[in-house]
Amino acid sequence: MGLDFTVVPEYFGILFLGMGWTIAITIGAGLLSFFGGIVFAVIALYGHWVIRLPFRLLAWLFMGTPLLLQLFLIYFGLIEVGIDLPAFIAGVIGLGLHFAVYNSELIQASILAVDKGQYEGARTLGLSRGQTLRRIVIPQAVRAVIPPMGNNMIALLKDSALVSVIGVAELTLAAQQAISRTYRPFEFYIAAAACYYVINLCLEAGLRRLERRIAASR
Amino acid sequence: MIDTTKSDTPFIDIRHAAKSFGALEVLKDISLTVERGQIVAIIGPSGSGKSTLLRAINELDPLSSGEVWLEGVQINKKLPYRQYEKHVNQVRQDIGMVFQHFNLFPHLNVRDNITLAPKMLKGLSTAAANKLAEEQLAHVGLSEKIDVFPSRLSGGQKQRVAIARALAMKPKVMLFDEATSALDPELVEEVNLVMKQLAEEHMTMIIVTHEMDFAASVCDRVLFMDQGVVVEEGPPEVIFQNPKEERTKNFLRKHLSR
Repeated sequence: MGLDFTVVPEYFGILFLGMGWTIAITIGAGLLSFFGGIVFAVIALYGHWVIRLPFRLLAWLFMGTPLLLQLFLIYFGLIEVGIDLPAFIAGVIGLGLHFAVYNSELIQASILAVDKGQYEGARTLGLSRGQTLRRIVIPQAVRAVIPPMGNNMIALLKDSALVSVIGVAELTLAAQQAISRTYRPFEFYIAAAACYYVINLCLEAGLRRLERRIAASR
Repeated sequence: MIDTTKSDTPFIDIRHAAKSFGALEVLKDISLTVERGQIVAIIGPSGSGKSTLLRAINELDPLSSGEVWLEGVQINKKLPYRQYEKHVNQVRQDIGMVFQHFNLFPHLNVRDNITLAPKMLKGLSTAAANKLAEEQLAHVGLSEKIDVFPSRLSGGQKQRVAIARALAMKPKVMLFDEATSALDPELVEEVNLVMKQLAEEHMTMIIVTHEMDFAASVCDRVLFMDQGVVVEEGPPEVIFQNPKEERTKNFLRKHLSR
């Protein structure tokens, strides 16, 4: 039996829908991981130990265990304690928090890398600690952190395939659905790969633009 | 309440200032007053405590013991944390500081560097703050650089913007911590000129410097510090031409015989 890609166009609808879900999950989880990363980093660096400790444990949990297990825990496990999340939301939360922890590590490093003189310059003008962080330190740290965080976002896009196992009809699951009807795994996995590649190209182009804009303002 | 209009209250009053880092005593019981409009230079070898003393005035390096007063208000009041922060943020608005390494905010252009604090802390409108930035930049002769980012400025220009930024808060006193030490020799003069101009406008200034010529020509008083104490102080012509203390003489021999 030879390869036959002519079966693919018939399932474009399913695949494009899957692509839409993949993009939606990536954007949702990406935003959560970005803002969550900032919050986690600020807590880790400046929080009282009473708040810092549970976040440290949470970070350890998300960094030290498989993402797949985390998704199962959030989607299936939480039902037992009465939290029944829709698969899409569970996927966004799982992916988002997982990458928020990694982003938080990057942000912490870049906040600590901001020159002490910046802090002193702002404080001597009369800015409070919080104002200095918000207006002076974090904006500079975010600029430094965008390239490595961009790599995390690309990893997040690829790992979004894992949410297929909790039943989100994203690209990978869409391909599987098409395969189960046509028995053509090679063709549809290649088609799905091509779709991922296209999204990835767009994401990378966007990140490059962002980096250029930031470079221009320095 | 303390009557701040009373003329016998010194403008800046440092009482028994002491500071140690562990076993190392950086400041040893320094008392000192500065009158309004006075220009004071602090000179001395590195490690003498002159920068630490300057940074104690605005609580960047809080004293271990002793008091710092500005116009009848104690700057280093012992207060519960939150009140202390509020108090310090308030008094710092009255104390401009210029650093050796400028400390301009690289992610903001010159205008925003200057307007940030007046907008945030004094509630100035954007229009009013922009006007203020234009005035202050004209003052330091850099009007054409208003839209530029700090990375595009020379060291001397950066320091002039930093001075404009501090002045935009309308401080009562300006502290200069080796403001020209990081500059190429040919850029020192433009910053000195701005500082001279401030002196002519009777801004109260405390200047930590290695430039004896500048101290001699601009300042009303010179303090020589060594090993955490003020060894000798007086008008520049006395300190530079007729010092009494042996340590002062030794220091000046090294620094004037260039």
